[in-house]
Amino acid sequence: MSTHSASTHVHNGTPAVDEKLLAALSTRERPTRPNPVQVSLTFGWRALLKIKHVPEQLFDVTMFPIMFTLMFTYLFGGALAGSPREYIQDLLPGILVLTVAMITMYTGLGINKDINKGVFDRFRSLPIWRPAVLVGALFGDVLRYTLASIIVIGLGLLLGFRPDGGALGVVAAVALLLVFAFSLSWVWTALGFLMRTEESLMAVSMMILFPLTFISNVFVDPSTMPGWLQAFVDVNPITHLSSASRGLMHGDVDTSQIGWVLLACVVFVAVFGPLTMRLFRKKE
Amino acid sequence: MLIEEDTVPEPNSDLAVETSDLVKHFGDTRAVDGVDLKVPSGTVFGILGPNGAGKTTVVRMLATLLIPDAGHARVLGHDVVREADAVRSRVSLTGQFASVDEDLTGLENLILLARLLGISKTRSRERAAELLDAFGLEDAADRQVKKYSGGMRRRIDIAASILATPDVLFLDEPTTGLDPRSRNQVWDIVRVLVAGGTTVLLTTQYLDEADQLANRIAVVDHGKVIAEGTSGELKASVGSGAVHVRLRDAGQRPEAERVLTERLGTEVYLEHDPVALTARSADAGRVSGAISELTASGIAVAEFSLGQPSLDEVFLALTGHPAEENDEETEEAA
Ligand SMILES: Nc1ncnc2c1ncn2[C@@H]1O[C@H](COP(=O)(O)OP(=O)(O)OP(=O)(O)O)[C@@H](O)[C@H]1O
Ligand SMILES: [Mg+2]
Repeated sequence: MSTHSASTHVHNGTPAVDEKLLAALSTRERPTRPNPVQVSLTFGWRALLKIKHVPEQLFDVTMFPIMFTLMFTYLFGGALAGSPREYIQDLLPGILVLTVAMITMYTGLGINKDINKGVFDRFRSLPIWRPAVLVGALFGDVLRYTLASIIVIGLGLLLGFRPDGGALGVVAAVALLLVFAFSLSWVWTALGFLMRTEESLMAVSMMILFPLTFISNVFVDPSTMPGWLQAFVDVNPITHLSSASRGLMHGDVDTSQIGWVLLACVVFVAVFGPLTMRLFRKKE
Repeated sequence: MLIEEDTVPEPNSDLAVETSDLVKHFGDTRAVDGVDLKVPSGTVFGILGPNGAGKTTVVRMLATLLIPDAGHARVLGHDVVREADAVRSRVSLTGQFASVDEDLTGLENLILLARLLGISKTRSRERAAELLDAFGLEDAADRQVKKYSGGMRRRIDIAASILATPDVLFLDEPTTGLDPRSRNQVWDIVRVLVAGGTTVLLTTQYLDEADQLANRIAVVDHGKVIAEGTSGELKASVGSGAVHVRLRDAGQRPEAERVLTERLGTEVYLEHDPVALTARSADAGRVSGAISELTASGIAVAEFSLGQPSLDEVFLALTGHPAEENDEETEEAA
């Protein structure tokens, strides 16, 4: 006869547990609100922890670069420049840009996954500077982009890539690329909020990325393309970035190319940053 | 001299939560349909309702996660829309479903959230360890939360909500799916917090739980508060008590129903469980008479008990329909 719903509360916990509970709950300290930089760094730490626990997520930043570099060097090298070794001098800075631009897409997927999980609610219910959730995630992503860059350049050197601009030129090119990737990521964060499912987000991201990366000067000199296509190639920020990256690596950079890239970065952040935050606030 | 006192619409400082005519629609679904609540500071307030009643939606609006379509809500005197940040810095929410990062360990989750609250690095570690210990999770500290059991998730989730003791804690169905031991632990946590001055607003589907914990209870159905009061008041409105009978043989239920109706002189309710019957009656004498009669007429009684009315009975009394039917009705209406 125990189906009684009015049974009185019975303490099952040992007294020791209750004392610990009492002690743990008795602190009523109220911490001071952390500043945006601290919060962003904390979210950056979260991104690192996630890489530590789910190392599979580095698959895209390791396999993509290796596959792209090998594939395009040997596929086009002989036909376009006489030999793969000739071709890679021009191709590698471009392939680096293409690879990193491609993997920025995963930023949106990460956000989209987070939103569909309860943890995002917890972040939203904290009294913190909200963009930090995204800025922190982007810190983690920049680390991934750096890793991808190291893989591409390392592999390139093995295949015979010899940058005339030296180590300094290569580092400068990677730095510019990271700034660009960080800025471009805001496009994906906005889409990450906008798209309901991972699948639709992936489809839309691909639809943007393929033309953006391939209709550029990464693989071939655009002078043989029809005029309308050249017009697109000329305004495509990927074109400017890969020109700037070639210039920096080979020591003959045209500073106006760097200017165009930075301008594109400012536009991406200025348009998609606020748009993302707007979507963030509206998200229910 | 005190005539005007009642008409002043100023926020009441004795109320931790105050809502007026709160409304939230999702498409055609009126999830919350004009809810008025007054939760006195330092008390436990229970929102009791079946699936789809709108409990989660109310709590999410109060925790600033959802913006109401109409009406007002104040938490600790701050408007949840216009002063959302002020509300966020003093409340915590433990949602219905786990809201910690499943990929991270329990310890990492607590440190992460402590850091986000502005607690220093060393203190965050201490606090995380202290709470894991107090919640019996010290052995699971370095395990990813996705490998936790349901009860452990619930506890880490609550621990995450009290890293800095909140002034108001929202708990959305904190014990659904927990075993009795874990449930008692959660109840203990609530009691200790309230003793320390925190106001707790919890939602539940169990009258029993609301009865054990809450000073006041609001019963919600279809987005509306259909009754509000202390558990004593609610039970009084339902009827003093109930007798629950379980038979050995489902085939004997019609006969048992006839005997009970006759002997108790009240309506007998057939539970979903095919061997169970419930009748409203507090008269122990009559009940024992009725049980003897059942046995005498050859009906095998597996067990019987006298107890409080269940949520089903509260619903039956307040709305005229049992709680379970709600889901279908909501779907039909949508
Ligand atoms: N995001 C949403 N979009 C559309 N409809 C929703 C959404 N959230 C809730 N609803 C609807 O609003 C109603 C109330 O839902 P709510 O989650 O508040 O109920 P509840 O009382 O918490 O139920 P449960 O006990 O199952 O948790 C339901 O009919 C539900 O389908
Ligand atoms: Mg709910």
